[in-house]
Amino acid sequence: MCQVGEDYAEPASEEPPPRQPGREQKCVKCKEGLPVVVIRAGDAFCRDCFKAFYIHKFRAVLGKNRLIFPGEKVLLAWSGGPSSSSMVWQVLEGLSRESAKRLRFVPGIVCIDEGAACGLSPEARAKTLAEMKLILQTVGFPWHVVALEEVFDLPPSVLRCFAQEPVETEGAYKAAVDSFLQQQHVLGAEGAGDSPSLAQGEEQLSWPCTQDPQNPQSPDRPPTAAQTEALSRLFDSVKTLTAKEELLQALRTHLILHVARTHGYSKVMTGDSCTRLAIKLMTSLALGRGAFLAWDTGFSDERHGDVVVVRPMREHTLKEVAFYNHLFAVPSVFTPALDTKAPEKASIHRLMEAFMLRLQDQFPSTVSTVYRTSEKLVKAPRDGCAASPPGPRCLLCMCALDIDTAGLCLPSPGCSEEGIGEWVLGFSSPLVPSAPLYLQTVPRLLGLRLPCICPRRSPPPHRPLHPAVLQGWGGCRAAVGGPGPVRGAALLSQGGPPSLRHRAAVLRLPREHEGLALPGPPATLHLGRGPAPQPEGLHRAADPGVPG
Amino acid sequence: ATPPASRSLRGSVSLGDEAVCPGIEAHDRAWRGGAELLFDGVKKHQVTLPGQEEPWDIRNLLVWIKKNLLKERPELFIQGDSVRPGILVLINDADWELLGELDYQLQDQDSILFISTLHGG
Repeated sequence: MCQVGEDYAEPASEEPPPRQPGREQKCVKCKEGLPVVVIRAGDAFCRDCFKAFYIHKFRAVLGKNRLIFPGEKVLLAWSGGPSSSSMVWQVLEGLSRESAKRLRFVPGIVCIDEGAACGLSPEARAKTLAEMKLILQTVGFPWHVVALEEVFDLPPSVLRCFAQEPVETEGAYKAAVDSFLQQQHVLGAEGAGDSPSLAQGEEQLSWPCTQDPQNPQSPDRPPTAAQTEALSRLFDSVKTLTAKEELLQALRTHLILHVARTHGYSKVMTGDSCTRLAIKLMTSLALGRGAFLAWDTGFSDERHGDVVVVRPMREHTLKEVAFYNHLFAVPSVFTPALDTKAPEKASIHRLMEAFMLRLQDQFPSTVSTVYRTSEKLVKAPRDGCAASPPGPRCLLCMCALDIDTAGLCLPSPGCSEEGIGEWVLGFSSPLVPSAPLYLQTVPRLLGLRLPCICPRRSPPPHRPLHPAVLQGWGGCRAAVGGPGPVRGAALLSQGGPPSLRHRAAVLRLPREHEGLALPGPPATLHLGRGPAPQPEGLHRAADPGVPG
Repeated sequence: ATPPASRSLRGSVSLGDEAVCPGIEAHDRAWRGGAELLFDGVKKHQVTLPGQEEPWDIRNLLVWIKKNLLKERPELFIQGDSVRPGILVLINDADWELLGELDYQLQDQDSILFISTLHGG
C-alpha cells in the first residue's frame, strides 16, 4: 500500500487490457467457455467456472477454519445487501447438497431494520420490510426481524462478556433461561429428533412460523413512535457521520448478539467481503482502533465470549459478489444506509472506501494486499476472552481497553476543558483511571455539552472498572438523568434503554469511538505476537504537558 | 433523445443491482438498486442514442448519460471520464474489462448495466 509507484505500478502498466470488442479470450479454467468476468488481473472466468470457484471458496473458508460444528445453531446476519444476501444463498446452496457435502449447521437469519437511524418514513420502512420478508419466506430459514429501536429494550447484560462472567445477574440469568426454554421449544417443534441439518424440503415444515412467536419482545411488532423518535434524536445528537456509523454499528452488533443469545445461537455469520474488510481495516486504523484489528477484521471474533462472530465471505471480493448475485439471480434488497448519497468526504468510512477503491483501480493488488495483512494479525492473548483476567472493556465494542491503567493521569483541571470539568471531577478518582477519557468522550459522542451535570451521587468504584462492577454501578444512571441541560442525556434517561442509559453513565469509551471529535493517540497496529503495545498516547491525550 | 439522420442505436441502460448504482430490471422478486437513486429512481432506461459522426463507445455513453439521465450528484457516478471506482459495468452481462472498457463500441440492442459496490448504494 505504501509502495505506490514501486512494486505495484508494474502490473498496472504492463497488463495489456484486452482492447478488442470481440471476446476471443477463453476461460482460464476450462479453456473453453466464453469468459464473463475478470477476477484477478487477467483471470477471466466463464459463468460455470466462476460459479464453481465462488462456491468452493465459501466452503473452503468454513472448512479451513473448522469453527462451526455440526448441528450448531448459526445466526446469519442479513442486511439485505449484496454480500450478506450472497452468504445466505451460499448457505442455502450448501444445505441442499447431497449428504456428503452438505453443510451441517442449523441456520437462522436475523435482520435489523435500521430505518429509524437513516430517517426513513414509516411507509418506506414497511415497504422495505415487506420485500425482505418475501425473500425470507423464499429462503425458509427461521428468521428474526428486529427494529433498531429495540436497543431501548436491551438488558444491560448485553454489555457484558459472558464467558468471563460466571456470576450471572438477574438480566443475564433471565436471558439464559429464556434461551434455554426457547431451545427446548424449538427442539420440540422440530419433532422427534430429526437430524439437525434438515433437508431443504423439511425446512418449511419444521419452521412453519418463523416470526419468533415464542418471544413476545422481538416479534414483528412495529416500534412505537416514541421509540422511533427517541432513536432518531439519539442519532441526531451525534454530530459526525463517522460517529453515527460507529454508533449504528455498535447498536446493531448488540442487537444481533442479543437475538443470538436469547435464541440459543452460538455463532453469528456476517457477510463482510474481502473488499469491505480491507476498507474496514484502514478505517479502523484511522479511527485509532489499531489494537483491535484482528477482532474487527479476522475470520472469527471471540470478543463476545459465548457468541462467536465469523466472516465466511471474507475471501470474496465485492466484484465477485456483485457478479455472482447478478449472474445467478441472488435477490437482495436495497435499503438506504446512513451514507447513501453522501459525498465522498462525509465520513472516515466513506473517505477510506473511496481511497481504497481508487487505489485498487490503479493498482489491482491493493485490496488483496491489505486483506492479506489482516490475515496475519494475531490476537493478543491478554485480550482473549478466556485467557485473560477480566479487564476493563469498552462497553460499545466490547474490546479490552488497551490502556495503561496504572499510568493514566488523574483528572485535573487540565482535563476539564470546554465545560465538561464538573463531569470529570464528579467521577474523578485515582482509581477510575480512564474516567476523564470516557467522560469526555461520551458527551462528545452524543454531541453534548454537559456542564451542569454533577454526578457526585455515584460512588466511585475502588478498582479499575470490572464488568461486574459496572453492572452494579447503578448510581450513574441517576447521574446522567440528573438536572442540567438536557438534550441527549435526558433522552437517555427518559426513554432510555437500560443498556444505553447504563452505557452513557459508565461508559469507558476508548478514543476509537470518537470519530473525528478528539485527537486520539496514534493507532497501534499490532503485528505479530506478544502483548499489544501499550499506547503511551493516552498520557499525552489526558495531559498534553507530559512529553512522550 | 431524438435520433437524427445518421444511424441511431437502441439499447438499455440499467442501474443498480444492489448497492449504489445500477441494477438490472428484475426478472424476479426484489431487485432494487441504489444507483437508480441518482437517476430519479428509474432503474431501467430504454434509450435511443442519436446518430453521430464517430461511433458510440462507453466513453461517449457516459457523457450522454451524465447529460440526459443523471438527475443529481453526477460525481457519485462519474469521475473523470469513467465511472467512479466501485461501480461495475456489465455489457450484455459480461465484465466490461473483457470488452475494452471505455473503448467498447456500442452495438444496436446492447444492454449496459451498472452495479455499484459502494457502501450505501
